[in-house]
Amino acid sequence: MNAPVLQIRNLGIDFGGLTAVNNLNMEVHEHEIVGLIGPNGAGKTTVFNMLTKVYDPSRGTILLNGQDIARLDTVAVNKAGVARTFQNIRLFRNLSVLDNVKAGMNNQFVYSIADMLFHTRKRRSNEETIEEEALKLLRIFHLDELKDTEAGSLPYGAQRKLEIARALASEPKLLLLDEPAAGMNPQETEELMDMIRFVRDSFDICILLIEHDMNLVMNICERIYVLNYGMLLAKGSPEEIRSNDKVIKAYLGD
Amino acid sequence: MTFLTYLISGLALGSVYAIIALGYTMVYGIAKMLNFAHGDIIMAGGYAAFYAYTRFGMPAGLAILFSILTCTILGVIIERLAYKPLRQASSLSVLITAIGVSYFLQNSAQLMFGSDTKIFPSILTEGSFRFFDGKLIISYLTLITIFTCIVIMIGLTAFINKTKIGKAMRACAEDKGAAQLMGINIDTTISITFAIGSGLAAIAAVLLCSTYPSLSPTLGSMPGIKAFTAAVFGGIGSIPGALLGGILLGIIENMTKAYLSTQLSDAIVFSVLIIVLLIKPTGLLGKKENVKV
Repeated sequence: MNAPVLQIRNLGIDFGGLTAVNNLNMEVHEHEIVGLIGPNGAGKTTVFNMLTKVYDPSRGTILLNGQDIARLDTVAVNKAGVARTFQNIRLFRNLSVLDNVKAGMNNQFVYSIADMLFHTRKRRSNEETIEEEALKLLRIFHLDELKDTEAGSLPYGAQRKLEIARALASEPKLLLLDEPAAGMNPQETEELMDMIRFVRDSFDICILLIEHDMNLVMNICERIYVLNYGMLLAKGSPEEIRSNDKVIKAYLGD
Repeated sequence: MTFLTYLISGLALGSVYAIIALGYTMVYGIAKMLNFAHGDIIMAGGYAAFYAYTRFGMPAGLAILFSILTCTILGVIIERLAYKPLRQASSLSVLITAIGVSYFLQNSAQLMFGSDTKIFPSILTEGSFRFFDGKLIISYLTLITIFTCIVIMIGLTAFINKTKIGKAMRACAEDKGAAQLMGINIDTTISITFAIGSGLAAIAAVLLCSTYPSLSPTLGSMPGIKAFTAAVFGGIGSIPGALLGGILLGIIENMTKAYLSTQLSDAIVFSVLIIVLLIKPTGLLGKKENVKV
């Protein structure tokens, strides 16, 4: 197995008296696509929110390539190499498709206020690089012809693709996809699976995804973690998970 | 011909309102707060230019630059000290703080500069163009004011649409949480917004004080409120809205003064606002989902 990129140790969070996630241990290795599944309310998105520091974990450590990111703030976590998409799409709806991707690149191109004011060569070349990189990303997702469209007016499937493109714009090492196939028809889901694999291979990143579409999960995930009531219920290969009694019980009831 | 004169001077007044309104509308768009101390930044800008020119003996250009710099720094400091700690607080707390900052600035100015009215020197040009045998007189100052407003509008629009920081600002205006997750630093973005708004207030201050050359600690209140009205009138959060609202307000105000009543002009201006808001509560160019910054 490849070296671990993400290591979660004893992660937990309480909201008031309620323990939403507890004692979670997970790993995602280089070049892996890992699934995080579980019944509604199991705490899957809460895990994502802790990984991106939208929530502060109450306990535990999150190691990204050995660096503890559990105490960083959201922006720093993005800089460290974690990017995500959202269950309910959160594009910048009034910005153009191109500008959405450019906004995702904010971290990588630094120029000072002086550069900004005086249109220095550094700034100009920066803006040109940003433009090129953004277009390259859009081409991968076949969104380049829509680059001037307002993101909010794209069809649903295209919005999901754009969110992935925007997340990739910050050059993450770990990409978190929160229900990428939600609301897609079977054919779109099929395309999405190819795209996720393609993204993994061509950007050489690892992917952790939350998904309810079992067809997608079983097809593209190499390993799966099952969460129930905030605790890890099972982990293993798709075959192991499929035949795990506890998992079947959690999903279907006794 | 007098109509044209009033129209043009209304346009100039409206340009100043528009420049000030930009400060309100940008801060509202990004930080979602009404910065009622914005008017008093104008006052600070006026005093800064005044002292730089008369006491420190700076040339006009340098005095204006000094004023812009002072206001920019003041704006950023106010945001950091007074508003940033309240980022998670209710909007009412922020609003009241802003009013508090406004009084603080006015009283500090009174303490430092005295409450007597000072005469603002004509640091921009004097003189005027004459057309039609002197029937139509347009001062250079009027033209400079209108021209400045146009330049600022074009520059700001380009800045917001073309630069990385402009994009960060638009992203923050839409969804701060998502912006943060994309690696955009919200505190920096808000600081830059305050810096730009306050710098523009300084420019407005020089233009305003050159037109009405009396300097007092409360000088910013009325133009501040008018510009706020202009921003709401045009649709708060929208930059073209600030321009449209400012210009319309300036023209309406000047026309009422010329043809109806000087005393009633403010009442009429605000009545127009109320009527517009009754018909279109989001303002002229404000949509529920607008390109906000």
